[in-house]
Amino acid sequence: MSAAPAEIGRERVLERLKAMLRIRRFEDRCAELYGKGFIRGYLHLYNGEEAVGVGVMQALEPDDAVVSTYREHGHALARGVPMNALMAELFGKLAGCSRGRGGSMHIFDVSRRFYGGNAIVGVGIPLAVGLALAQKLRGTRSLAACFFGEGAVAEGEFNESLNLAALWKLPVLFMCENNLYAMGTALDRSESQTDIHLKAAGYRIPSFAVDGMDVLAVEDAARGAAARIRAGGGPEFLELKTYRFRAHSMFDSQLYRTKEEVESWRRRGPLIGFTQKFKERGLMSEDDYLRLEREADQEVDAAVAFAQAADWEPVDQLMRFVYAERGAA
Amino acid sequence: MSASALQPAATTYRDAIREALRDALRADPRVFLMGEDVGRYGGSYAVSKGLLEEFGEERIRDTPLSESAFVGAGIGAAIGGLRPIVEIMTCNFSLLALDQIVNNAATLCHMSGGQCPVPVVIRMATGAGRQLAAQHSHSFEGWYAHIPGIRIVAPATLEDARGMLAAALRCPDPVLIFEHVALYNMEGALSDEWPQADIERAKLRRAGRDVALLTYGASLYKCLAAAASLAPLGIEAEVLDLRSLRPLDDAAIFASVRKTRRAVIVDEGWRSGSLSAEISARIMEQCFYDLDAPVGRVCTAEAPIPYPKHLEDAALPQAETVASAVRAMFGK
Ligand SMILES: Cc1ncc(C[n+]2csc(CCOP(=O)(O)OP(=O)(O)O)c2C)c(N)n1
Repeated sequence: MSAAPAEIGRERVLERLKAMLRIRRFEDRCAELYGKGFIRGYLHLYNGEEAVGVGVMQALEPDDAVVSTYREHGHALARGVPMNALMAELFGKLAGCSRGRGGSMHIFDVSRRFYGGNAIVGVGIPLAVGLALAQKLRGTRSLAACFFGEGAVAEGEFNESLNLAALWKLPVLFMCENNLYAMGTALDRSESQTDIHLKAAGYRIPSFAVDGMDVLAVEDAARGAAARIRAGGGPEFLELKTYRFRAHSMFDSQLYRTKEEVESWRRRGPLIGFTQKFKERGLMSEDDYLRLEREADQEVDAAVAFAQAADWEPVDQLMRFVYAERGAA
Repeated sequence: MSASALQPAATTYRDAIREALRDALRADPRVFLMGEDVGRYGGSYAVSKGLLEEFGEERIRDTPLSESAFVGAGIGAAIGGLRPIVEIMTCNFSLLALDQIVNNAATLCHMSGGQCPVPVVIRMATGAGRQLAAQHSHSFEGWYAHIPGIRIVAPATLEDARGMLAAALRCPDPVLIFEHVALYNMEGALSDEWPQADIERAKLRRAGRDVALLTYGASLYKCLAAAASLAPLGIEAEVLDLRSLRPLDDAAIFASVRKTRRAVIVDEGWRSGSLSAEISARIMEQCFYDLDAPVGRVCTAEAPIPYPKHLEDAALPQAETVASAVRAMFGK
């Protein structure tokens, strides 16, 4: 492994905690706002998976591209997409990062090289391969970081993309967020090989299984992989083992898993384990936690106020951007 | 269904499809259902809820997220003597199976000199109106209607939802059934008697003498509302539910147009290179001298469908835009 694990001090502990809490509180608020009708359509929340997004983003540079799925609020926040623009997008307002046209499933912020927000399972994976190809041909050291769920690995696009990236030695960091369920289908009911990272190995891509509930483990794995990719080693693959705490989208009766199972995963969730460990080591206190939580809530309050006050896109703009505007670029 | 023939039960479009599936599974051991989350989850639109318990895993088969593979497997199983019903969650995802549908299902019978008919039924949801944004809201049935070798139907009523599946299963060709997402919760009554739906003929849903509204799927209800709003102005609109998009029921379309001498086609698909364009061309070819006005069209704005409600509404055909297109035709 290159890139040695960064030192663990109080500052780093609080930063990671803050990043995860921002996501958790944002998502919890989204659920409320959905109930009140401010957010519509599909809403896929990231609760339980915060350590993955936060950990991975530590390893990325501003020039790296990020491609995500419809469960991407956490990725976007960790990448630095402003919370106001994100919330406004969920409200469908013009001030949203996609002008309100995409909503929850289609967060785009190209200024931060955040390329969606893709809602067809697997559809973003070839996109990441292409972004990486461009970066390689343009002679940069950047990589394309690509998130997808374990459900996506059954798609042809996943398999075709891994082969292509390996064959052409493209700088792609493939990341499977394995939360064990694709909607109501458990992993072992959809995959003949349930050790997902072994699939990547089949394409001769270096691949690793990582505890996705441990933000520092994710961070270290991502840093190591990113360094090797930047050094020209070709694509790498991380299987991040995690769990989604909430329903697939806003409503589902969750008949496909037991309450006990959900409870047992909640007990080893990314915030609980982290807090416990670093309190014991004396690097943070309960007061720190409460303060960061409060600050996150204040930021979310402000984002909601911003989104509420924002304007709708006028209807006469509907046809704008069906094609690129000439002279705009 | 528990209702007697005298007292039709109140039910929904979703339940009507489920009843049709249940009937088909009971009637023919060669029939099975497969697709993503059709079993444990009960179907992404809850259509197949309860069927796994009744028919077991062999016949209600959950598949991985592999649209090309399981649609292709459905085609193969059909050739192999079974009667698969394949569910694709929405037509947006059917694009991942386009190769199998267009290059296999549609060609095999003809290309093999008639040796390989493909009696597969593929059901999928279509349409907009639920603020699901551009990757979950499009209507692709018109595209599919371009392809010879497959049949395309769009049930708009409970009777058709119930009746068309059986007709599709009896058909030796690949049949694609498009279920509009806005219809699943629609309530209505269904009698105990097996509805006789065929999958080739259009159906008149409202008779009128002044203009023919030609439509299908959920747009049917927008057209009926438009017709109701036009009546007080003295414009009697006829509403023809096309039901089958391939083949098109030319005879019914031409009969309506010849009677009313005016036609407006209402389609949630986009206008360019579309089903509405095809229907308009056929009317021009066959009814040119019967027309009192150019054929009108009300279609979805030629943009990907956006998420916010005001823009989604503006993008889609609405009862009011249909009515105003008709009013304009009459200078009212
Ligand atoms: C091609 C395609 N098929 C089906 C769907 C419907 N769908 C949306 S999310 C999902 C489950 C995906 O699970 P996974 O990849 O594990 O990601 P997770 O939701 O668990 O984050 C399904 C079946 C879709 N969006 N695209």
